[in-house]
Amino acid sequence: MAKRIDVSGLNAYYGSFRAIEDISMTVEPRTVTAFIGPSGCGKSTFLRTLNRMHEVTPGGRVEGKVMLDDEDLYGAGVDPVSVRREVGMVFQRPNPFPTMSIYDNVAAGLKLVGGKKKSEMDDVVEKSLKGANLWNEVKDRLGKPGSGLSGGQQQRLCIARAIAVEPNVLLMDEPCSALDPISTLAIEDLIGELKERFTIVIVTHNMQQAARVSDRTAFFNLAAVGQPGKLIEIDDTERIFSNPSVQATEDYISGRFG
Amino acid sequence: MSNATLSDRRPSTLRAASLPKWFSWAVAAASVALGLGVSAALGLESSIQWALIAGVLFVAGTFGIAARVEGKRQAKDRVATSVVWVAFLLAVIPLASLVWETVSRGVKVLDTYFLTHSMGVVADTEPGGGIYHAILGTLEQVGLATLISVPIGVLTAIYLVEYGRGKLAKAVTFFVDVMTGVPSIVAGLFILSTWILILDMGPSGFAGAMALTILMLPVVVRSTEEMLKLVPNELREASLALGVPKWRTILKVVLPTAIGGITTGVMLAVARIAGETAPVLLLVWGSNFINSNPFSDPQASLPMYIYLQYANSGGSGAAYDRAWAAALTLIAFIMILNLAARGIARWKAPKTGR
Ligand SMILES: Nc1ncnc2c1ncn2[C@@H]1O[C@H](COP(=O)(O)OP(=O)(O)OP(=O)(O)O)[C@@H](O)[C@H]1O
Ligand SMILES: [Mg+2]
Repeated sequence: MAKRIDVSGLNAYYGSFRAIEDISMTVEPRTVTAFIGPSGCGKSTFLRTLNRMHEVTPGGRVEGKVMLDDEDLYGAGVDPVSVRREVGMVFQRPNPFPTMSIYDNVAAGLKLVGGKKKSEMDDVVEKSLKGANLWNEVKDRLGKPGSGLSGGQQQRLCIARAIAVEPNVLLMDEPCSALDPISTLAIEDLIGELKERFTIVIVTHNMQQAARVSDRTAFFNLAAVGQPGKLIEIDDTERIFSNPSVQATEDYISGRFG
Repeated sequence: MSNATLSDRRPSTLRAASLPKWFSWAVAAASVALGLGVSAALGLESSIQWALIAGVLFVAGTFGIAARVEGKRQAKDRVATSVVWVAFLLAVIPLASLVWETVSRGVKVLDTYFLTHSMGVVADTEPGGGIYHAILGTLEQVGLATLISVPIGVLTAIYLVEYGRGKLAKAVTFFVDVMTGVPSIVAGLFILSTWILILDMGPSGFAGAMALTILMLPVVVRSTEEMLKLVPNELREASLALGVPKWRTILKVVLPTAIGGITTGVMLAVARIAGETAPVLLLVWGSNFINSNPFSDPQASLPMYIYLQYANSGGSGAAYDRAWAAALTLIAFIMILNLAARGIARWKAPKTGR
């Protein structure tokens, strides 16, 4: 079940360094939102505040509000572990667990929490692998190590692993940057399918990709190195790419800087 | 002068004169022969002397000939290679001769009788007897030390790598460093002064095991720490991002990824303490009889058995043979542990194959 994300007045810090400043935006359920912007402007940092992974970094600290439907992720008494079950994440570099088989990788989230029968588990694994368009390629070698797959397959394995725990939101940090065009296409198609069930936020440096997969696009920028990153604007993807309301966005998209 | 003759005379810049493959072997053989000849002529008896002469000749000869034929750079390259070879041989020779000595002297009395009987009814000067009681003692003392230090050591390492920040972690690291440098006799004296002198307990295998724990613990902590640090952070984050609690992430993702290396570290630590004599001498005393209870009364152990047999032998006779046979057993025991460690490391290593 997809949920709405509503961010207001969000600041994130690494120690005393403020990486992002005063970000507010709304992400509608069952949409794909793309984050674009120059390197170092805080896209990854912001993404990681959405499932409380930011605080895993030593010195990581967050101020502000992130509402998931009507619950504040940073409210008192909220357990980051349960937040991460609701908001899943796919990383830039495919990172399957090297000691586990393909099956165990997909089942990891469920197994590591416990309380599922073997037959239920089989169903979830098959469903998730099908959901990640990987089933046909691996169904005969589920017991083999996940690290024996190609990079693109590994990334889809990581997506299967993330959707196996049935999150409401799926965050993807440059999920295709380590992949070839064909695997990239496979994952973009997959994103199109997944958006029926999840709210998806994707960071990308590839403008065409943002234009292809996303419904809305957010442009981030920073005034100078060492300054915090800011949200410049967020709008429908078509508008951002045809007629953005801020000059900086147009400059960035048309390649005039950044 | 035409262009053609010029290019004919100029040597190719890519291809240079090179010595044949057997060059190094020939130089080696020549320098060994020369070394033997020189020492025979000078009347040198020790094999170390001719070997050193041969080694120096080998390096120098390689350089001289290669510099003349192949040029400076290749000569330096060859010298580096030959120095490595000479150093390798210098390191291997004592090791090989040690193994050779131990095996050739040890096999004399090493048989199943020797492995399954104690010294209970045999005087030190008589032939017969065996090391059963010593094997038992070593296994129990080392086993107890391992049982105590592995959980403590691994947990400490987990704390240091996964949780430790700030003063406490720094203090723990400091104490582990200090413990690494504690000489075994000091560890023995420490247990002696607390366990035996203050608490008034008698000598026992357990007292020895506690001293061995002091020696083993820092090794286990250090090696486990290194192994845990090698686990990529991305794996931890991947697990945390799935909504897996931190302790379960450590248990199910971090430890399995590092388990091969941790096991190797533990096995090496075991191998190290299995040969300790000093604390055992102070705390376990040694015995000629089978004592299967490590918690009371003196026990034997292999290193101490070797020491006592040798001390009583005067350099020959039955006790002397027994000392060598026990040494061979100890080396074999440690070798088996090392092989087991390698096997486990390979078996548990993260799989990359298709
Ligand atoms: N672990 C960290 N410790 C300290 N500072 C960090 C850390 N990670 C990121 N930063 C800083 O935070 C700022 C934002 O980084 P972030 O990784 O979010 O950028 P990004 O927009 O994702 O860049 P890219 O497009 O290159 O991935 C940068 O100035 C970076 O140097
Ligand atoms: Mg990034």
